[in-house]
Amino acid sequence: MYGWIWSHLPGGTASRAAIALVLVLAVAALLLFVVFPWVEPKLPFNDVTVDQ
Amino acid sequence: MPPRRGQPLPAAEAAADTDAHQWDDDQLDDDQLDDDQWDDEDADEWDDDAAPVRRRDPLWQRLARGAGELLVTAGLIVLLFVVYEVYVTDWINGRQQSQLSDQIHDQWADTPSTPVGAEVEPAVGQPLAVLHIPRLGADWSRVVLEGTAEDELSQGPGHYIGTAMPGQLGNLALAGHRVGKGSPFLDADQLLPGDPIVVETAGAWYVYRVLGDADTGDYGTDPSGVPGQLIVTPSDVSVIAPTPGGTEATQAFLTLTTCHPKYSARQRLIVHAVLQGAGISKADEPDGPPELKG
Repeated sequence: MYGWIWSHLPGGTASRAAIALVLVLAVAALLLFVVFPWVEPKLPFNDVTVDQ
Repeated sequence: MPPRRGQPLPAAEAAADTDAHQWDDDQLDDDQLDDDQWDDEDADEWDDDAAPVRRRDPLWQRLARGAGELLVTAGLIVLLFVVYEVYVTDWINGRQQSQLSDQIHDQWADTPSTPVGAEVEPAVGQPLAVLHIPRLGADWSRVVLEGTAEDELSQGPGHYIGTAMPGQLGNLALAGHRVGKGSPFLDADQLLPGDPIVVETAGAWYVYRVLGDADTGDYGTDPSGVPGQLIVTPSDVSVIAPTPGGTEATQAFLTLTTCHPKYSARQRLIVHAVLQGAGISKADEPDGPPELKG
């Protein structure tokens, strides 16, 4: 998977490393600001209320 | 079109041709950049293979590598989720709290000061009061919102809808996160008998004291029978009853609920406090009651 991505990035090593870094940051941002806020309320370990 | 060992020669040659094209590119990189580790490793692999035509790894090897990479990726995502829970939600919550603080102070500036003890319950999601707990930090304060759904709790402590308002007879019940989302009640277990919990509204300060004997640290000495701290199951709603554990409103109680133990939702940590005297008008004490002046 990672090897495939690496081999399909354009340019030399420096260019590939830069693009890979941008990709990693984009995926991390997507997870932190979209996926995790969505999935978190569905997980059980954050209940702080007594049921009403 | 992965060429496998033992395939008819023409197919292998055709595959080798297309691969060779890529390979030439890599070779070029190698020539240009001698410190290129990736390409060097690739080159070594191919050299070890010692085959006249270069082949891809067998299918099972590629599948195993893919599965391994997937597992490593899953582990990294879980780690990132922990970072999110413990740090990123705190950062987001800090921004929301400072917005709420601006909002409630603007509201207070705009509304004529309400008489002490005549607080009105706001709409769900609106800021209701500012909570100060000196035991949790000299400057510890959080804006409390109306409602205890996750929408509210992710922004700050939430007021159980329908429970008493600050200074009123009954039970001012507040829920808050223990870990993450600003961790408002992370150290709620460290509140000792007699510790002040100050609720600030538009026109007044209300000083509640954690129940129990301040001298011995015994939470269970109050004549009302309400302990200063206890652990209950999540279904025990009697802790937010008008008198905790009872029914009729007898005094002005304050109750904090949060999860227990930390990082778990198995039980609830409950802190009960009772209003000390009556509310203090902000006209008399603009800078807060003595409890907040350290």
